[in-house]
Amino acid sequence: MKAVHDTRVSTSRRLRGPVLGGLVLAATAAALSLVQPANAGPREQIIAGYAAKAGKPLSAARGKAFFMGTHKGGKPDTPSCTSCHTRNVHQWGRTRAGKPIAPMAVSKTPDRFTDPKKVEKWFRRNCRTVLGRECTPLEKGDVLTWLSSQ
Amino acid sequence: MKQLLAMSRKTSLVATLALLAALAPRAGLAQNGRTVTDPVAKEECSACHMAYQPAFLPAESWKKIFADLSNHFGEDASLDPKTEARIRSYYIQNAARWNAIPKPVPIRITELPWFTREHGRFARRAKQDPKIGSLSNCTACHRNAERGWFDDD
Repeated sequence: MKAVHDTRVSTSRRLRGPVLGGLVLAATAAALSLVQPANAGPREQIIAGYAAKAGKPLSAARGKAFFMGTHKGGKPDTPSCTSCHTRNVHQWGRTRAGKPIAPMAVSKTPDRFTDPKKVEKWFRRNCRTVLGRECTPLEKGDVLTWLSSQ
Repeated sequence: MKQLLAMSRKTSLVATLALLAALAPRAGLAQNGRTVTDPVAKEECSACHMAYQPAFLPAESWKKIFADLSNHFGEDASLDPKTEARIRSYYIQNAARWNAIPKPVPIRITELPWFTREHGRFARRAKQDPKIGSLSNCTACHRNAERGWFDDD
């Protein structure tokens, strides 16, 4: 009986460490996010970077028109962003090979546009595919501004 | 429309079942299925489609495919040079070993003789079925395709 009791105690002691550690980490993260201004998230930094390179204010309306628009110069199967992402950015899209693409709207896919390398990689590929050229910082910034508001 | 969809789904199911009944032993990868074991290859190659196993095609085919990733079956799939080199060598090292390489060197798995033989009439329907969309979409029917198991149809 005593042995069983001892086991229980030691189990709870072993557990206490990680649980406390996790709590401390969570609290620290929460505190940090409070201290940081709302504008300093990775997505906002990426957009600010494009704005700086564009040299003029970004526009969500222009971004929407660009995303919805039909372009020339790209590959024949994909004349628009909507060819794969569909016209409803709140819904799942689909690649030409049939694989689902998570919604582009940030409200639906919160981790969208938070990794600068990934953002650049996909703009590079998809702009070449759709427009036959790379997108300008203004075009990228506009599109991200619009999708972030969705 | 919904009824139509339901009907087309039903027909696909019937077609699949008919195919299952009609098909005898499998060829190609089905018998020695492998998974993509390189994590970088798995991640990059599964962005737009299932990461196809290297054993689907011989090294000659992979070399041809990796020669121009900026025009990859009608899309720009370019990678940074370091990543591309790594994935390319993984695919070449683990490629199928065929006794003879046809000319022109094949690059579409869906056009290999065993593939068309096994998918038969279903191939035409697959493209029209909104749930499948493309013959490249293995996992639409073969749920465990990524694990190298294609015998579940």
